Amino acid sequence: MKDLIELIESKLKEENIEFQIKKGDILTIIIKKEDLIKTVTKLRYDYELIFDYLLDITACDYLERNLFEVIYHFLSFLRNERIRVKTEVERNNPFVSSITSIYPAANWFEREIYDLFGIKFENHPNLKRILLWENFPGHPLRKDFTLEKEILPPELEDIY
Amino acid sequence: MEELIELNIGPQHPATHGVMRLKIYLDGEVIKRAETVIGFLHRGSEKIMENMPYQKAMVWTDRMDYTASLLQNWAYVMAVEKLLKIDVPERAEYIRIILGELQRIAAHLVWLGTHLLDLGLMTTFMYAFDWREKILDFFEEISGQRMNPSFFRIGGVAADIPHGWLENLAEFLKGLNKAIDEMDEMIQKSLIFGRRTKGIGVIPPEKALEYGVTGPVLRGSGIKYDVRKNFPYSLYSEIEFDIPVYYDGDVYSRYMVRIQEMRWSIRIIEGAIKKIPKGDILIKDYKIVPPPKDKIYHSIEEMIHHFLIVTDGFPVPPGEVYASVESAKGEFGVYIVSDGSKKPYRVHIRSPSFANLQILEEILKGHLISDMVAIIGSLDPVFGEVDR
Repeated sequence: MKDLIELIESKLKEENIEFQIKKGDILTIIIKKEDLIKTVTKLRYDYELIFDYLLDITACDYLERNLFEVIYHFLSFLRNERIRVKTEVERNNPFVSSITSIYPAANWFEREIYDLFGIKFENHPNLKRILLWENFPGHPLRKDFTLEKEILPPELEDIY
Repeated sequence: MEELIELNIGPQHPATHGVMRLKIYLDGEVIKRAETVIGFLHRGSEKIMENMPYQKAMVWTDRMDYTASLLQNWAYVMAVEKLLKIDVPERAEYIRIILGELQRIAAHLVWLGTHLLDLGLMTTFMYAFDWREKILDFFEEISGQRMNPSFFRIGGVAADIPHGWLENLAEFLKGLNKAIDEMDEMIQKSLIFGRRTKGIGVIPPEKALEYGVTGPVLRGSGIKYDVRKNFPYSLYSEIEFDIPVYYDGDVYSRYMVRIQEMRWSIRIIEGAIKKIPKGDILIKDYKIVPPPKDKIYHSIEEMIHHFLIVTDGFPVPPGEVYASVESAKGEFGVYIVSDGSKKPYRVHIRSPSFANLQILEEILKGHLISDMVAIIGSLDPVFGEVDR
């Protein structure tokens, strides 16, 4: 794991990316959202890293800090390592660039986050709600959406 | 340009294995474009789990892929155990391996039965479900429930193995091994099966990687990735087994991968039965695990521990963790963020069926409408898990 830290540090410095590295259960890189595409491209295509597999994308709402965190998990078959990339998104008018052009698997994961958190993904080919219906009021996984909130069942036109 | 016929399949249709709606655009009998609509079984599990104490939230993982409940329990308890930094007793780990692999066989038998029912081989359905029933009987004997047993606990398992259970299991596995051979032979000899599966729904390896599929679907495309081998959890590193890989990427290779996986699961269980030691099944930290019943009735301190855990839960140190197991469908991952309170701040489930189903739109293109059923069946989606 130590080699991987040094390797990633040197590789990301080549691209002039500001980043922080945290050691947890999985190696975590924290980056600015402007650098997301640049970082992910480097991780995917660099011949020594090749994180060619997207495991998961999710988000987390930090209401007190007034921001969302978008969390990516990647896997490299070459190195047999997992990596976590995190980026922060402001809470009012949240948006981040989509990585579907690099990983097609991101399509549904990003749609799910758009649906449940309301984070928009720029340049996404088909940004529609995936689990809930189009007219659903609000985004349920945000922390200000409480369980007590009453939701009316969808109209038939909402589903078909 | 010729006009395409739009055909709507589902949300309730026997061939979709659950509640999925599929819009397909046909030119004659050939599928030109497909669109998957999911979300009909969305219950908001993640949100509900975030509003529950850690040990109560576990039962929600059972209800995701209801054919492989115990494997999902496993991923969740592993994630919480990682946050708490506790080690599980060895006997409990072996019980988990035995039950987990039994659950994998049961899940694959459900797939085998329903998939071949779709393809027109009805007899296998009866055979497969008969053997699955017998596996569920073993679950009933050990946990009291046939489905959704919720048998794992944070720090071990709920109860020890009943007397004579392991001996019966060893006897049963011999029969099961023979039954799988019989079923496999019966299916392989069928002319219809071969013609309907070979060369159908081909997923090339590079496409499988791009779309992030895992489990038997990925291994059917020739990529050897299994969480049990690549990131060994529990005591899998101490048991000898192999990962079946097939290289054609069609419906037939995915069938072969699952059949071989069942055979290897039997061997894993046989190995675990030989190695299982005597000892504790739960850790003895009574701040996390309720103390045994006889202690609760005789000591005030233990009674308070029990009361606090059952009514209120226990705090978990802050941090974030990702833990995953090889479920019957692929890599089932749980991502938990803890803020130090008694409820998880954020629980995210990386469900394999959700990721695997994404490729469906892509591989349906150019196939006949009758092959659609075979392709959906070979991806083996379970909608409790897709929609969560």
